[in-house]
Amino acid sequence: MSGGMILALALLFWAAAWAVNTVVAGGPIGRTRAGRIFVPALFGVTLLVLWEGIVRGLGVSAVILPPPSAIAAKIAESTGLLWADFVQTVLKGALSGFLIGTAAAFVTAVICDRVPFLRAGLLPVGNFVAALPIVGLAPILVMWFGFGWQSKAAVVVAMVFFPMLINVVAGLAASDRMQRDLMATWGASYWQGLWKLRLPAAMPFVFNGLKIAASLALIGAIVAEYFGSPVVGMGFRISTAVGVLNIELVWAEIAVAALAGSAFYGLIALIEKGVTFWHPSQRN
Amino acid sequence: MMRALPVLTVLLALVAIWYLGAVWMNSAWVYDQAARNGQTVTLAEVIPQTMAQDRPLLPPPHQVAAKLWEGLAGQAVTSKRSLVYHGFVTFRGTMAGFALGIVLGVGLAMAIVRFRVMDMSVMPWAIISQTIPIVAIAPMILVVSNQLGIQGREVPKAIIASYLSFFPVLVSMVKGLRAPDQMQLDLLKTWGASEAQTFARLRIPASMPYFFASLKVAVAAALVGTIVGELPTGAVEGLGARMLLGSQYGEPLITWAALFASAILAGILILAVALAERLAGRAMGVRA
Repeated sequence: MSGGMILALALLFWAAAWAVNTVVAGGPIGRTRAGRIFVPALFGVTLLVLWEGIVRGLGVSAVILPPPSAIAAKIAESTGLLWADFVQTVLKGALSGFLIGTAAAFVTAVICDRVPFLRAGLLPVGNFVAALPIVGLAPILVMWFGFGWQSKAAVVVAMVFFPMLINVVAGLAASDRMQRDLMATWGASYWQGLWKLRLPAAMPFVFNGLKIAASLALIGAIVAEYFGSPVVGMGFRISTAVGVLNIELVWAEIAVAALAGSAFYGLIALIEKGVTFWHPSQRN
Repeated sequence: MMRALPVLTVLLALVAIWYLGAVWMNSAWVYDQAARNGQTVTLAEVIPQTMAQDRPLLPPPHQVAAKLWEGLAGQAVTSKRSLVYHGFVTFRGTMAGFALGIVLGVGLAMAIVRFRVMDMSVMPWAIISQTIPIVAIAPMILVVSNQLGIQGREVPKAIIASYLSFFPVLVSMVKGLRAPDQMQLDLLKTWGASEAQTFARLRIPASMPYFFASLKVAVAAALVGTIVGELPTGAVEGLGARMLLGSQYGEPLITWAALFASAILAGILILAVALAERLAGRAMGVRA
C-alpha cells in the first residue's frame, strides 16, 4: 500500500470515528455509563490510528517519531527491562517518597490544626513554597543521599509535602460552625471532634492533595534520576536511550510511565469514591 | 502586624533549623580535615569552620544570600554569571509556555463547553495527560524538535511549560464558562442571542474570576515546566541550567543561589498575576 493510501485511510477513520462520537454523545446512549466510556475510548483509538497513519503515510523517520505498532513491539520484547525500571523508579523511589511525604504532611497539618499560631505562620509559607520549583532541589538531594532510590524518595518527599499540607489544613477547616457546635454540645473532646467530624469532612481535600501528590511523585522520581542513578530506572533509561537514539525504547518507557501514572491516579480516585461517597461530587 | 508575627516566627525558626543543619552536616568535613592533620578540634572551633566552607554540604543562609547577591547585583546583567541574565532566559521561556498554555486551555475549554462530543471525548484525556510525568517526555521533545530543524531550546521549553500550565486553565475555564445559571442563559435566549453572543456577553465575563484564579496556578506551573525543561536537557542558559551546573561542578553554592533566584522569580510572577487580576477587575467594574 502506498503512503498516500495509508494516510487517506487514517484520515477517513478519524472522520468516521468523529461522526460516530458526535452521534453517540448527542443521543441517549451518551447519557449511559457505557456511552461515557465508549466515547473517550474511541477518541483514544482514533489518536493512535492517526499517529500510525501519519507516521507511515508521510514516511516519518523512526528517529523523530516511531509508529505506535513499533513501540508496542518494543514493549513486548523488553518486558524484563521495563519491569526492573518500573520497580526501581515507581515502587522504590516514587511510592516510598509519596507515602513518607504525604504522611508527614498529614501529621504536620493535624499539629497545625491544634496550634493556631503555627497554622497562621506555616500556611502562608506553605502556600508560597508549594508554588516554587522544588524539583530544583533534586541535584542537592542526590548529592546528600547518593545515587540509590533513597535520594529519589527524598526528592519526592520534598515535592509532595507542601501541596499536601495546605490541602489537609484547608480540609480540617471545612466542617462548618454548626456541626462543630453540635459536637461541643455533645461534650466531645478535641480528639473525638477531630476523629468523628473534622477528619471525615476533610477527606475530599485530603484526596485532592493525594491526587496532586501522585503526579508530582512520578515527576520527582524521574527527574532525580537525571542527576545520577544506578544503571536501572526509568529516568536513567530514558536519558541513555535518547543519547543513542533508541527512540522506541524511550517511547516504551514513556508508555509505562503514563500507564503507571494513570493507574496510580485511578487507584486514588477509586479509594476516594469509597471514602467520600457522601460528597456531592461523588453522587450521581 | 498580627498576621505577620506568626509568619515571621516560622521563617525565623526555619532559618534557625537551617543553621543547625549546616553545622551538623558540614562538621563532618571539618573533623575529617582535622583528623587528617592529626589535630583534635573542639566544638567551639568547629562551628565557625562550618560557616565558611567553599563547598559545603549544606551552605548556611548567609553564604547563600551572599552568593545570591553577588549573582543578582555583583555582575553586569549581560554577564553569563549574572543570575538576572539567567533569570530572564527562564522568564522568557516561562512567558512563552504560559501564553501557549492560556491559549490552549481557554480554546479547549470553549470547545468543551460548546460541544458535548468534545466534552465527552477530550476531557478524560486531558486529565490522563496530567498523570503522565512530563519530564519523561522532555528529552524526547528536545530530540524531535532538533530533528525537525528547530534550533535552540526555546521551543521545547515552551512546549513543556505549556503542557503543565494549560491544565489548570482548562479545568477552571470549563467551570467558569458553565458558571452562568439557567435563568441567565434563558434570558439571553429570549433576546435571541446567538451562541457567539452568549459566549462574548455572558459566559466569558462570568468566567473571569475562575480565569484569574487559575492563572496563579498556571504561572507557577509554567515556571516549574521551564526549569524542568532546562534541567535534564543540557541547556546552558537559564536558572535550571545553573542548578545543573552547580551539581556537575560540585559547587553547591551556585545551585542554592539559582534555587533562591527561581523562588524570587516565582514570587514576582505570582504578584504580577495578582496585579493583573486587580486591574482587570477594576476595568470590568468589580467593586473592591
